[in-house]
Amino acid sequence: MKKLKLVVIGNGMAGMRTVEELLKLAPDLYDITVFGAEPHGNYNRILLSPVLAGESSFSEILLNSEVWYRENGITLYAGKEVVEIDRRHRKVIASDGTEAQYDRLLIATGSKPIALPIPGATLPGVVGFRTIRDVEMMLEASRAKGNAVVIGGGLLGLEAAAGLMKQGMSVSVIHLMNTLMDRQLDEAAAAMLRRTLEARGLKIFLSANTEQILGEERVRAVRLADGTEIPTDLVVMAVGIRPDAALAKAAGLHCERGIVTNDTMQTFDPRIYAVGECVQHRGRTYGLVAPLFEQAKVCANQLALLGHSAYRGSTDSARLKVADIDLFSAGDFREAENADTIVLHDLGRGIYKKLVLADNRIRGVVLYGDAIDASWYYQLLCDGVDVSGNRDRLLFGKALAGDAGRGAKDTFLELSDDTEICGCNGVCKKTIVDAITEKKLFTLEEVRAHTKASSSCGSCTGLVKQILAHTLGSDFSEGPTKKPLCACTEYSHDEVRSTIREEELKSIGEAMVFLEWKTTDGCAACRQALNYYLHCAWPGEYEHDAQSRFINERAHANIQKDGSYSVIPRMWGGMTTVSELRAIADVAEKHSVPALHITGGQRIDLLGVKKEVLPEIWRDLNDAGMVSGYAYAKAVRTVKTCVGKQWCRFGTQDSTAMGIEIEKMTWGAWAPHKVKLAVSGCPRNCAEATIKDFGVVAVDSGWELHVGGNGGVKVRATDFLCKVATEAEVLETCGAFLQMYREEAHYLERTAAWIERVGLAAIRKRIVDDATGRKVLYERFLHSQKFSQKDPWAERAREGVEAHEFKALTVVTKGEAA
Amino acid sequence: MIQKSVTHCVPEWVEVGSVENIPLRGARVVSTPIGDIAVFRTGEGEIFALRDRCPHRGGPLSQGIVHGRRVTCALHGWKIELFDGVAVPPDQGCTKRFDVRVEDGVISLCLRAEIAKKVCRSAEEENHVSGHA
Repeated sequence: MKKLKLVVIGNGMAGMRTVEELLKLAPDLYDITVFGAEPHGNYNRILLSPVLAGESSFSEILLNSEVWYRENGITLYAGKEVVEIDRRHRKVIASDGTEAQYDRLLIATGSKPIALPIPGATLPGVVGFRTIRDVEMMLEASRAKGNAVVIGGGLLGLEAAAGLMKQGMSVSVIHLMNTLMDRQLDEAAAAMLRRTLEARGLKIFLSANTEQILGEERVRAVRLADGTEIPTDLVVMAVGIRPDAALAKAAGLHCERGIVTNDTMQTFDPRIYAVGECVQHRGRTYGLVAPLFEQAKVCANQLALLGHSAYRGSTDSARLKVADIDLFSAGDFREAENADTIVLHDLGRGIYKKLVLADNRIRGVVLYGDAIDASWYYQLLCDGVDVSGNRDRLLFGKALAGDAGRGAKDTFLELSDDTEICGCNGVCKKTIVDAITEKKLFTLEEVRAHTKASSSCGSCTGLVKQILAHTLGSDFSEGPTKKPLCACTEYSHDEVRSTIREEELKSIGEAMVFLEWKTTDGCAACRQALNYYLHCAWPGEYEHDAQSRFINERAHANIQKDGSYSVIPRMWGGMTTVSELRAIADVAEKHSVPALHITGGQRIDLLGVKKEVLPEIWRDLNDAGMVSGYAYAKAVRTVKTCVGKQWCRFGTQDSTAMGIEIEKMTWGAWAPHKVKLAVSGCPRNCAEATIKDFGVVAVDSGWELHVGGNGGVKVRATDFLCKVATEAEVLETCGAFLQMYREEAHYLERTAAWIERVGLAAIRKRIVDDATGRKVLYERFLHSQKFSQKDPWAERAREGVEAHEFKALTVVTKGEAA
Repeated sequence: MIQKSVTHCVPEWVEVGSVENIPLRGARVVSTPIGDIAVFRTGEGEIFALRDRCPHRGGPLSQGIVHGRRVTCALHGWKIELFDGVAVPPDQGCTKRFDVRVEDGVISLCLRAEIAKKVCRSAEEENHVSGHA
């Protein structure tokens, strides 16, 4: 097949990201030609500030070297500016007469800095802050350590000012509005920023209108409308950017502020696409990198003729670093009549946080000085989570709203280079920073892949994101809110689940075909998720696919570091008997089990068992009446209890019996992640029910029910769900809650994380307020349990299920060799 | 240690069982005097054999999840290429591979380990060294 011709106008980040994505999807579909007005490869415009500050060199911020273009068979015309698009003959023409034919055209011309139409604006010594050429001119001017004036007190202007100050210049900022960074900050935060910057020696002129730039051969001074004259050797114009749509407009494409595209990034000419800062999508233009990358992804998908991806706009968020001060803002943070504002303002510590809520949902966020919770607020904002459940603690951050990960304790700047960020994989701060700069990483996923940081338990994710934000600089913003399940698909967890139900997909293969999986048989991540989702959607119908399960769930035992396994029989409600203990002792002795351990879930762990011995041990335990404790499974694990009113002088209810009843009802239920329960007999709470997924605390008048606790990676106390009077209500609420979690949480999401994602209010509404809905969920739970409560150990020890799992294929002996 | 003293007296090709006995997208262990060998069967029915030790922390690769022509180790999620035993980047390392022959549905292994590439040898040595550090 003859290749199609793709021409790209613009060699910037959005255009090249599109090309990279396209090459991944359809490497051989197009002959690609790229025109770039600048005379070199594609570089990371976000990192111009570090170059200005002398922290990076140009070669360090180069994204695609000329070798990359060659290796991918791309014709690069660097330094050739396209001056005309001839749509009739489907070709573009560059200033030097170079022409290129296209079947598809991608316009990624970006934006141009706005030049104020004032006298003197074209004098030598007046520059923008947009290209590496601008930065070179600024660096040259700064060598004499003279004065500089930056016009524009927005993000870009302040970055330029900070960089020039670092180069030893004496800098003044002129801003038309009465507060700095008025697009991203409210007045209070802007005032704090102003005070900090002034203390560092920056001169700031607010409500100041630049009238004229003075000078003959070169700039000499800037004159304001009120007559003030500021002497200077350099003027940086950073008053804003404007989509560069001139070329498209001249070609007759529909343009307003930018080039108008639809949700597939197509312009009004179906052969022509546009991405990046030059685009106007649903009435909006974007200047931050995350939305541009989302557009690039969609556009590449369309160009690859896959056509199943659409861009629906992004919520503005800006995570900024100005002069090492942490700033974050997102959404609409103006105060309004129908909105409430919650503010924390601590001048002494230099911290300001503001949340604007409407209808109990976050509408806008401003954070100054402490932006560790930015990701969390942003996610709540994008997902429209009802925050009434923890509104009183919301402003104190994720740590005090329940989720005390280690990331919450420290702020990034206080950490030294050798501080261990990821405790699981032993990754320190410097390793992460170096990987981001050297390997040019943009996303959390890339940092995970290259450094392993945040790839195990995930408790340092917040901190790693913050490091990413700081290292990438001002333009880093949160990634797309819709995250694909894994790299094998474009679809999110929720989309996959709903499609499985709606399209009645009943096997992993069927689901992969229908959802256009990109790999032949998925990966370890998506196969496990799909297996669970299918199991949950079709109880009694879907048979687990053993090869798509983690080894522990395949072998019904927990793999240890040396490849041996551990065996934990169930002890209902933590109760045991003399004969059970004797049987365990006998089994341990008979099979020379090297270690025994009492678990946190009130059971006994037999460690160091060889895989081939498992069925035998299970049979012996079965003979003594014991069954699998599911201590290896993403399923209901234990129901921990205290001895309750049967023995304890403080006990108010029979917590042990309640715990056993709950365990009898819930054992065997597979879930998105492990599920731990507990019942305490009084508010002293000896069974630690308030750090369990579902916790019951007995009081004199009944039972308090708590959900979403976690005592592991991130200690999180439960949220109080409701109080009920009878045992039957405890069981019904427990079953309904577990079923909702089973049906709606993402695979590998504990109840704690799930509740923080969807909000407690959403769960209360369904489980507490809606009696009918609760009963329906409960019924579904019981129905599903009918098929799940079969002891997997008995099946394997007595019925020979999956026998091959426990035997070597063959044993080649030395004798055979002789 | 044992490896060196017995390798020469084991016949090079040994029948280890039928293809049918390994689940699709699965693996079985062949226990030999030179250590455990994991024999994999991919979704497409291809057979591969690797030393049953992940180059990362020695996890048994036979216990992992097989996808495409790769296996994800059960212990810490390293992905290893089945056809050459090399870890998928950005992870680095490799495990020994063994030649496989399938005739009439019966698998034979060549018990002389092949090290995939020159780089692997140094990777293994590094592993070895860091293991003692």
